[in-house]
Amino acid sequence: MKQRIKLLAAVLGTLAMLVAFPVFQSFEAQAGGYVTVKGSDTMVHLVSSWAEAFMNHNEGMEVSVTGGGSGTGIAALLNGTTDVCAASRQMKEKEYKLAESKGLDVMEHVVARDGIAVVVNPRNPIETLSVEQIGKIYTGAYTNWNQVGGPDKPILVLSRESSSGTYVFFQEHVLKKRDYTTRARLMPATSTIIHSVSTDQWAIGYVGLGYGVEAGDKVKMLGVKKDENEHPVYPSEKTVSSGAYSIARPLHFYTKGAPTGAIKSFIDFCMSKEGQKIVIETGYVAVQ
Amino acid sequence: MKSKMKEKAIKLVFTSAASTAILIVALIFLFLGNEAAPFAKVPGLSELFGQKWMPVSFEKESFGLLPLITGSLLVTFLATIIAVPFGVCGAVYISEVASRFERELFKPFIELLAGIPSVVIGFFGLIVLTPIVKDVFGLYSGLTALTGALLLALMAIPTIITISEDAISNVPKSYKEASAALGASELQTVWKVTVPAALSGIIAAVMLGMGRVIGETMVVMMVTGNAAIVTGSPFESVRTMTATIAAEMGEVPFGSDHYRALFWVGIVLLIMTFMLNLVSHRVLKKYQDKQ
Repeated sequence: MKQRIKLLAAVLGTLAMLVAFPVFQSFEAQAGGYVTVKGSDTMVHLVSSWAEAFMNHNEGMEVSVTGGGSGTGIAALLNGTTDVCAASRQMKEKEYKLAESKGLDVMEHVVARDGIAVVVNPRNPIETLSVEQIGKIYTGAYTNWNQVGGPDKPILVLSRESSSGTYVFFQEHVLKKRDYTTRARLMPATSTIIHSVSTDQWAIGYVGLGYGVEAGDKVKMLGVKKDENEHPVYPSEKTVSSGAYSIARPLHFYTKGAPTGAIKSFIDFCMSKEGQKIVIETGYVAVQ
Repeated sequence: MKSKMKEKAIKLVFTSAASTAILIVALIFLFLGNEAAPFAKVPGLSELFGQKWMPVSFEKESFGLLPLITGSLLVTFLATIIAVPFGVCGAVYISEVASRFERELFKPFIELLAGIPSVVIGFFGLIVLTPIVKDVFGLYSGLTALTGALLLALMAIPTIITISEDAISNVPKSYKEASAALGASELQTVWKVTVPAALSGIIAAVMLGMGRVIGETMVVMMVTGNAAIVTGSPFESVRTMTATIAAEMGEVPFGSDHYRALFWVGIVLLIMTFMLNLVSHRVLKKYQDKQ
């Protein structure tokens, strides 16, 4: 019986230590500098890569990165639960007003750019489409490739799930805020879009530039015409950073006022040559 | 004295362990209801009866559950149609025809099939089965209800075989002997005597298999294309209730109409599985009483 009590005490002691350990850890880190980044799921991979490299360079600094979506991140910044908000869209008028009412001066930093490539099967003869044509395909106004100068074949429309930031961006800038066709197949991940486009000859999908480049010959990235009369522009690091490619977006950090201390050194690191190299490595486009 | 105390303590532990399940089910119902309830006031329950599920929109958000319910029903129905012949024939073979060696060989594999994680089956379906379905039926995409149903049938078959086999081997030997004495062949005995006698057990097995199918998420999310359209065609894309919750819950703004609507989806799903379980329970009980 006594032995059992001893065992119980040992188990409880271990549990208590396990619970307490992270608390000690975070105290320790606070001495060096502790930055929290919250927001866009699109940017989580990029920001975590930055954080990892930053922590490797700076002993005692700790950066914690969480997703949750751009809107969640902005709300967290305004409520004071995060130091930095990562957002794949700009802050809305309503959000700026809310910040103002709280007496906060929010500062925007463009830390990277992201291009969205429209992809089709390599056996599809279509090479270019205008933004308006892509919009009409995704809203369901066009359902056959012959409506955009292709063969008489039905269009298989592939999209991301509605929880994706890319879904919303595409809806806003390509569909011009109209609804997606209900016939669009919503794929749970970018990789499944790439796979389906590479096997289904008459499919069309959209993916982040990095994923499109990585897919290589499996898919064909279309040239996109801003207007019917303009020249098509193919998505690449160059055309996205110059602004010539029309389906592109800046990726932001938002901070309360001008950043100071650990927050400043983290953002400075992201904007540095090394930080921007990480941007390219993770499939996005550098801003400098 | 001491042993009596011990007995009491052990009894208490077991009672509380058993009642935890009841408590948790009650809490889940309460939680779902609590999160879903505000939807009834704004925007109103009539929203749920719409024909369109379009929760993210700049124009007008729609939360019609019809396409999701028909999607789940279509996939479940197809999967059941595919799984039943395989499951029942398999069970008959294993319990009535197979030699001892064959039985020892088949059973572990069937159990193994039941143990494959659904995400693995989904991945297999996306890479291997989707192109096959597309080519065989001459479709322009393999992301269809049928593809999902085939994979779900694969997952339901082990459940159906295991429980049906149980029911079939529990048929009293005297039935079969009587049948043989009347001059019936072995095949006639199986189909005219044994299977009908075990029918309620087989039906319960099918119901439990359906329960597994309707609640399955990962497989359908990966291969059915998830387009929320109301359709009865196996060659169209469907969006099931489970896939909708899994895909959208992650990013939905907390407390929004969309968030509450997803809880309604959960409630409808829970009621449907609850009914299925209730029916199969009743049928199974009837079969046990007969024994």
